Amino acid sequence: MKPLSAFLIFGGPLLVIAAYWWLAHRDRIRANDPNHVTFFQRNGGPVGLYLVAGVGIWALVLIVLPMLYMVDYSFHPKLPPAKRAGPEDYYTIENYKYFLFGSTRSTASWNVTHLNAFWLTIAVSLIITVLNFAICYPIAYFMAQVAHDSTMRKFMLLLIVPYWVNELLRAFAFSVIFGTSGLINAFLIAVGVLTVPIDFIGRDIALYAGLTYAYILMMMFPLYNAIEALDRNQVEAARDLGAPWWRVHLNIVMPFAKPGIASGCTLVFMLCAGALAAPLVLGGPKSLWFTPIVYDRFYQAFNWNQGSAYAIILLLTCVIFVMLVMRLFKVSFSEIAR
Amino acid sequence: MSSNLIWRIMFAFYSLVFFGFLFGPLVVMSVTAFNTPQYPQAYPFVGFTWDWFGILLKDRGLMEGLWNSLIIGFVVVSISVPLGLAGAIVMTQIQARARSLYYIVVVSPVLTPGVILGISTVIFWRDVSEVLGITSVYNGMFLASLGQSTFISAYCMLIFMSRLQRFDRSQEEAALDLGASQTQVFFNILIPYLKPALVSAAAIAFLSSFENYNTTTFAILADKTLTTVLAGRVRQGTTPAISALAVLIIVVSLTGAIAFELARRAEDRRNNARARLAAEAERAELSALPA
Repeated sequence: MKPLSAFLIFGGPLLVIAAYWWLAHRDRIRANDPNHVTFFQRNGGPVGLYLVAGVGIWALVLIVLPMLYMVDYSFHPKLPPAKRAGPEDYYTIENYKYFLFGSTRSTASWNVTHLNAFWLTIAVSLIITVLNFAICYPIAYFMAQVAHDSTMRKFMLLLIVPYWVNELLRAFAFSVIFGTSGLINAFLIAVGVLTVPIDFIGRDIALYAGLTYAYILMMMFPLYNAIEALDRNQVEAARDLGAPWWRVHLNIVMPFAKPGIASGCTLVFMLCAGALAAPLVLGGPKSLWFTPIVYDRFYQAFNWNQGSAYAIILLLTCVIFVMLVMRLFKVSFSEIAR
Repeated sequence: MSSNLIWRIMFAFYSLVFFGFLFGPLVVMSVTAFNTPQYPQAYPFVGFTWDWFGILLKDRGLMEGLWNSLIIGFVVVSISVPLGLAGAIVMTQIQARARSLYYIVVVSPVLTPGVILGISTVIFWRDVSEVLGITSVYNGMFLASLGQSTFISAYCMLIFMSRLQRFDRSQEEAALDLGASQTQVFFNILIPYLKPALVSAAAIAFLSSFENYNTTTFAILADKTLTTVLAGRVRQGTTPAISALAVLIIVVSLTGAIAFELARRAEDRRNNARARLAAEAERAELSALPA
């Protein structure tokens, strides 16, 4: 590892912490509050130590350092361990270039396979996000505003059970339904509509259906929580003043539930774009989802540096999506991540 | 009124379709677990059998994976719950200026795709273990536990934060005034207050760890967990033994959910009874007062 990287990765977070500590220290001196208690006075020695160590391990060792390390890693060429930090180790953007242009030996000017998979992943994830919102909204509204307590609980129970079935098994269920000798084809052939089975998996229909199914509850719970907090009188008042049903939703319920909508959309998009189980199980031989490509960079091509670059591209996509949602819905980060 | 009736019929139909979509695939899969053909088949139903459950239990790889998943689950609970608790308490005390950055850092794992957490964990620890010369750290079970804890701690923290918001700090001050040390306040006041949150955080942590695939598949290296073995089995070719596993999971989670619901109802009844008693006592007290 190069000294510059080492300094940035390990020194950077420490510098940020030091800067914040210094600012806090300066405020304390300025405020000159005689009743001020320091962190350790407030929590006591042992507990204070536990808090500092716990947050230090989690925020630094588990979250920030691996992430920064991965970013650095993606800017290095693939090398055997012995040659690292040697003369052949240099900073490079070739891993990112590969994503755009493919290898230098290929004749095509763009890396069409990977780029197509990337755009397809984003486009399909967006469509599924919107679709999930449309599917969940009526149920969430009903549970939060209309239903009686006991009905609401029964609905909740019904929602929670499929939620705990593993993602892989849910995808497997769809392969049972959509396979060439699966339920739909068997039924249509038995009825006489078809003579030759339709290849739902090869046409990615199974994949899209499976993805829509897989994350539907990640939309439901944030939506429900947001709408639940709305005062029922507001809806009543709008109705009494003659608002048609669609205006009640568009102008009262949805603006109020904005944080919930934003957080549901973020979760569903992130899970869809980062889905691995459903594409592995339901992806046809020709279809390419972006996450399995990242996986193949690691465990088929064994090029971890390139894989890191691909992972960062995926991460940036999610960051951009979160920022767009924050802009579009005018909500803060803490309202999304609850 | 009649328009109201039409709405209700429409909604009833919609929720029927919705729950049909939600449960249909699970029901179809469950049916294949009891059907005789080699390929998971729901229709036509050839003959009833329990054999796939027997084959499932004899699957060495799956059983080994199940065992590893349970171990990782317990490790993740014992890492994530303390870290999440520390994170939540620090959130209430950290200086306002630093809070938003701190919040973004510790909550970001929830909004990061799981594969990325797995990748960064593996890359980081491979080189750290090399540089420090502790190769035993570069071990699938350990890395999978760390990778999962990264985001599961954030789940735990969010659970603790919502309970801490309602914490009455005067309890703490009263204890301190009565001469308790800060450590005693932590263990005798804060922890008992957080007990319900501790239980649900531990449950959520265990379940999230148990069913995690995306982070685990990168971090697990040569070891295996239930989900990674399962992924291999599903890709190799489908057998009704997998449906049998799904049936077992559905039965367990259904039982758990119903037991939880029953426990909550019992608790509600107890609370209602208590509230009624309190109201009666108050009334008795008020009537005893001289007018």
